[in-house]
Amino acid sequence: MLLKVENLQAQIDEKQILKGLNIEVKPGEVHAIMGPNGSGKSTFANVLAGRDDYEVTEGNVEFDGEDLLEMDPEERARKGVFLAFQYPVEIPGVSNKLFMQTAVNAVREEKGLPALDMFDFDEYAQAKIDLLGMSADLLERSVNVGFSGGEKKRNDIFQMALLEPKLCILDETDSGLDIDALRVVANGVNALRSEARSFIVVTHYQRLLDYIKPDHVHVLFNGKIVKSGGFELVHELEENGYDNIIQQYLGE
Amino acid sequence: MSEVQNNAELTQYQEINDLLSKNKHYKEGFVTTANVETFEKGLNETVVRAISAKKNEPQWMLDFRLKAFEHWKSLEEPHWAKAVYEPLDYQDYSYYSAPECSACGDACGTEAQQEGIDPEVAKAFAALGVPIEDENSNVAVDAIFDSISVSTTKREELAKLGIIFCSFSEAVQDYPELVQKYLGTVVPYHDNYFAALNSAVASDGTFVYIPEGVRSPIDLSTYFRINEAKTGQFERTILIADKGSYVSYLEGCSAPVRDTYQLHAAVVEVIVHEDAEVKYSTVQNWYPGDEDCEGGILNFVTKRGICEGKNSKLSWTQAETGSAITWKYPSCVLKGDNSIGEFYSVALTNRRQQADTGTKMIHIGKNTRSTIISKGLSAGKSDNTYRGMVKITPTAEGARNFTQCDSMLIGDQCGAHTFPYIEVENSTAQIEHEATTSRIGEDQLFYCQQRGISEQDAISMIVNGFCKEVFSELPLEFAQEAEELLAISLEGSVG
Ligand SMILES: Nc1ncnc2c1ncn2[C@@H]1O[C@H](COP(=O)(O)OP(=O)(O)OP(=O)(O)O)[C@@H](O)[C@H]1O
Ligand SMILES: [Mg+2]
Repeated sequence: MLLKVENLQAQIDEKQILKGLNIEVKPGEVHAIMGPNGSGKSTFANVLAGRDDYEVTEGNVEFDGEDLLEMDPEERARKGVFLAFQYPVEIPGVSNKLFMQTAVNAVREEKGLPALDMFDFDEYAQAKIDLLGMSADLLERSVNVGFSGGEKKRNDIFQMALLEPKLCILDETDSGLDIDALRVVANGVNALRSEARSFIVVTHYQRLLDYIKPDHVHVLFNGKIVKSGGFELVHELEENGYDNIIQQYLGE
Repeated sequence: MSEVQNNAELTQYQEINDLLSKNKHYKEGFVTTANVETFEKGLNETVVRAISAKKNEPQWMLDFRLKAFEHWKSLEEPHWAKAVYEPLDYQDYSYYSAPECSACGDACGTEAQQEGIDPEVAKAFAALGVPIEDENSNVAVDAIFDSISVSTTKREELAKLGIIFCSFSEAVQDYPELVQKYLGTVVPYHDNYFAALNSAVASDGTFVYIPEGVRSPIDLSTYFRINEAKTGQFERTILIADKGSYVSYLEGCSAPVRDTYQLHAAVVEVIVHEDAEVKYSTVQNWYPGDEDCEGGILNFVTKRGICEGKNSKLSWTQAETGSAITWKYPSCVLKGDNSIGEFYSVALTNRRQQADTGTKMIHIGKNTRSTIISKGLSAGKSDNTYRGMVKITPTAEGARNFTQCDSMLIGDQCGAHTFPYIEVENSTAQIEHEATTSRIGEDQLFYCQQRGISEQDAISMIVNGFCKEVFSELPLEFAQEAEELLAISLEGSVG
């Protein structure tokens, strides 16, 4: 098991948001998490990444055999947890290249690999750019500064490709993308899929999932997973919305 | 005029600020116990005369001091800047302090000084990494310890080229015509309160003269060290670049940890003749005081240069990380046609430090150009103010100025303020002004951490990115030192 989340409860400013969340992700699996606005999807993603605004009050998270909740955010990242943000942040004055070189070398150090110098890094980055079919010009600019919404999301996928994480969490990476950008993101995810790499894809739309065909689909409501199923669940949601599932859950 | 201030309601940076305030990394904070001769505290005409006598000065120099002292008594301590300080008790400072070995004897012959340098003082400079005994160093150093210059290196090598590089006291003895010709011509004794004080009690400083057509093959530098408690340092530096000459001059400073404010009121005068160029770089790391900035250096400095001749150029580059209070506006008077003035500055304030710095560019000659790039970094509970003036006088046909003032806030309890004053009296002038303010936020830090970068590395990456344009103007070694200083000054800003 790559990720095992048991009875996870978390709050922010004394407000309970995750109320007993369970999920298991095996290596190589792709899980989709859907759910209405405010149900706690981003909260879950941020808690996994270690954002300290959220206080975990109950539950366990095991990642690759280790207690994830004990680790600092940078340690989690170095061990292979990657979060593509719902709203990627701008960092003026810091070139995307320097930023990513620093990040890649931090991860390499963790793995006991030697640091990449500028030349090695250029080569390495070019290979990833080719793999994803992206344009290289984003590397020369400051991190996300002046990027369009779509460019920011693509940049996150590019970073994901560079860092080669074990667990990729995509928080609405498909929101606000035009058809072409959506395809780039979807192709990126597919290109990075491997037997050892798992994905948790948070989304509101079927269109991304049509491209990447998740193995499991979960519905998050009010801080809990209230229904899980296969890819067919996506169609059911697209047709009927969340109402049926929520009513069913509340009725139980 | 624009002003950007913090929003005290935000609390998300509390943690960063708590940790920032624990920053105790002032590694230059040691005290040297040398045998010193220090004047009794207090300031009056007798003290002024005694300083002059101590230095065996000619009458004209004593007259200059006395005139300045008379004028100073008629002035009020300035409190207009954003930097707030209690009125100082000038009677509670000593106005002369020198290590004994070199204070002995007559006129301050630097050769004699070098032989007689107090081993403790030598040790202090060695510990500070100032190469006063290193023959192979590629900079010439004038080392100033409290009130006097204790060593000036490489002078013979420079003398072969006709370059004069010595202490100010020595120049008064050996080159009286030159000193008399230039002293007070750029910063008159009546210029401002602290300039008047400096003119009266000037301790020591550096004197540089680069003759016509000579490019100084090495960088010249002065290192200022305030050691004695409750002693003011009032150095006077004069730098003259004659026609077609070039020099890069560096200045570094530090002081031990003390629990009372120490006063530093320097005057620097730079004269750049036709076709000459001067690069003047400062890395200022005066002791900023304890967590509340009690006991730090009060740095009230008047630095001004005049581009006297055609096509002359003067660049001020500074990285300011120290002092409890900094009050400093290195300026350029662009008198010669086509002359160029530049000001590149990084000012970092942390804890309760206050900085009010900037520049003045006075355009007089035709087609004069000036560039101002100012980067203000505020962290902790500090206040960082940029105050700049661009003045285009009626004769400055075709003058141009470009100003860029960027402020970065680290946390939510610090302030950044920008006061650009622009006076244009010639309609052909072109002036551009850009200003930005940004904040290193938790979101940015988390984003970096999520990519495996530690918070500390993230902060220095962001800060260095912000300062890049200025650091690239510093001589290489200085640039490195400045980057390290920033890192140290921000250390503990995050666990
Ligand atoms: N800083 C905060 N303070 C108070 N409440 C918060 C804070 N951050 C999030 N919440 C609340 O937590 C709940 C879950 O938010 P979260 O962002 O996890 O939802 P989401 O499922 O990602 O929604 P969306 O689909 O709109 O992205 C919401 O009710 C939100 O208002
Ligand atoms: Mg969300």
